[in-house]
Amino acid sequence: MGKTYQAGVKEYREAYWEPTYTPKDSDVLAVFKIVPQPGVPREEAAAAVAAESSTATWTTVWTDLLTDLYYYKGRAYAIEDVPGDDESFYAFIAYPMGLFEEGSIVNMFTSLVGNVFGFKAVRSLRLEDVRMPLWFVTTCDGPPHGIQVERDHLNKYGRPLLGCTIKPKLGLSAKNYGRAVYECLRGGLDFTKDDENVNSQPFMRWRDRFLFCQEAIQKAEAETGERKGHYLNVTAPNVEEMYKRAEFAKEIGSPIVMSDFLTMGWAAHSSLSRWCRDNGMLLHVHRAMHGVIDRNPKHGINFRVLTKILRLLGGDHLHSGTVVGKLEGDRAATLGWVDLMRERYVKADRDRGIFFDQDWGQMPGVMPVASGGIHVWHMPALVSIFGDDAVLQFGGGTLGHPWGNAAGAAANRVALEACVKARNEGRQLEREGKEILTQAAKSSPELKVAMETWKEIKFEFETVDKLDTVHR
Amino acid sequence: MSEIQDYQSRLSDPASRKFGTFSYLPPMTPEDIRKQVEYIVSKGWNPGIEHTEPAHATSHYWYMWKLPLFGETDVDRILAECEACHKANPGHHVRLVGYDNFKQTKGAEMVIYRGAAV
Repeated sequence: MGKTYQAGVKEYREAYWEPTYTPKDSDVLAVFKIVPQPGVPREEAAAAVAAESSTATWTTVWTDLLTDLYYYKGRAYAIEDVPGDDESFYAFIAYPMGLFEEGSIVNMFTSLVGNVFGFKAVRSLRLEDVRMPLWFVTTCDGPPHGIQVERDHLNKYGRPLLGCTIKPKLGLSAKNYGRAVYECLRGGLDFTKDDENVNSQPFMRWRDRFLFCQEAIQKAEAETGERKGHYLNVTAPNVEEMYKRAEFAKEIGSPIVMSDFLTMGWAAHSSLSRWCRDNGMLLHVHRAMHGVIDRNPKHGINFRVLTKILRLLGGDHLHSGTVVGKLEGDRAATLGWVDLMRERYVKADRDRGIFFDQDWGQMPGVMPVASGGIHVWHMPALVSIFGDDAVLQFGGGTLGHPWGNAAGAAANRVALEACVKARNEGRQLEREGKEILTQAAKSSPELKVAMETWKEIKFEFETVDKLDTVHR
Repeated sequence: MSEIQDYQSRLSDPASRKFGTFSYLPPMTPEDIRKQVEYIVSKGWNPGIEHTEPAHATSHYWYMWKLPLFGETDVDRILAECEACHKANPGHHVRLVGYDNFKQTKGAEMVIYRGAAV
């Protein structure tokens, strides 16, 4: 039976708050952390977010009655306290299948984090997690290759990969830059990396950089007998230029290119990822601008959501944070999104900030990249925390070696292999790290000097052990 | 240690060639090899053995020794096969593989007998 039309403004909770609703497997589920404006009840604020991120506008319109609004609306179905925070609460919202275009992250997030984030009824709003239903996962491209295919391309098994970002990040000539790449690779690294800011500036145009880096790779490969790569950054001012650079990287034989998925834009990045799969090119993904989006605990988008977005958009590597030396919460949260990058099925675990079970179906995984402020003394903890399927990137920890890049690279490679070997032998890396490295340094003067140059850090084995505790 | 040392690696020196995981460490002792075999068995992976002339070490496909030892968990039997491959192919690199059929990759791969550099 049809409804009658009544113009005017209704309370959101009349239509969009539905605490008896049982979410369907096909629903997109989202959890927002909301700080409502003073005087706005939680149910009303939650319903308002559900409404504004789905079907509603501020007033009733007659055309509402020409559609099955009851089906299409987003529903706020649960509210929870945020532990230790009285002004915020969690609102859980379910969005039905059909509300978002298949395979379009762009479309989904235009709703989820669209106008609603400027909405007056809420003071601040943070998207904490999104459950992507399997039907949506299977309509997205996903990583161009994934972890296993990358290992096969590069012929590297049973250990994490090693990388280094070339510094100083701006100002080197292409030829001097290529020299730094060559020294790192001949010393034992698997990869070197363009800094995210390196695109095609007057001091070093992209074409020159690509050619010198490729020569460095080829010589290091001939010298060491191992496969090497340099993440050639094809992030560009427009997609035509992006494709031009990527095509050239392929033409000269580079195994990998790189993009900044937030600053370049999701649609452009997604196109690049698809091109990478078509052209057998690995894709390293940097995350410049993520701090703007994910750093404020009360407003924005949590990085775990950006992680899911990237796995669906496509990428073979994604920067994850290093865990080491950061706070306890960071450690648990980082381990949570590292799982979201690599695993086929991730169970809800509030201690890691994961609100929903996430099924990735057959979608390949993304390698997390631990980069920034790490050196040989961190190696035991890094191998223990990240396991084999990760890229460990030592910038200053390679280039800052007193004997130069090749020695710095060799020190890291020896330390890495010593830690993997010891782990396989059943030794406790965090507890025995110092003995393992000291023993390895006996046959590696490069490692010995690196250990003298950088100070021993305290291994926080206690916090690692705590990770498996049940939710409080 | 303040004196800067040159990094000894040369295109012209075959000893500069590396061959994957653990090739930056000293050659493995029999006890080292046993522990890695135990690791592969403990992970539930299928052990395999491959070998090659050192001059052809960069290719993806090395010669497969017989077939992977599917389901073999006896460490001594696996070590005996490694030894047999090494004896039959003196001067070759011999590598130990742990096939992870769930991840569809090699969970472990390392050269356990090093051939002469050429």
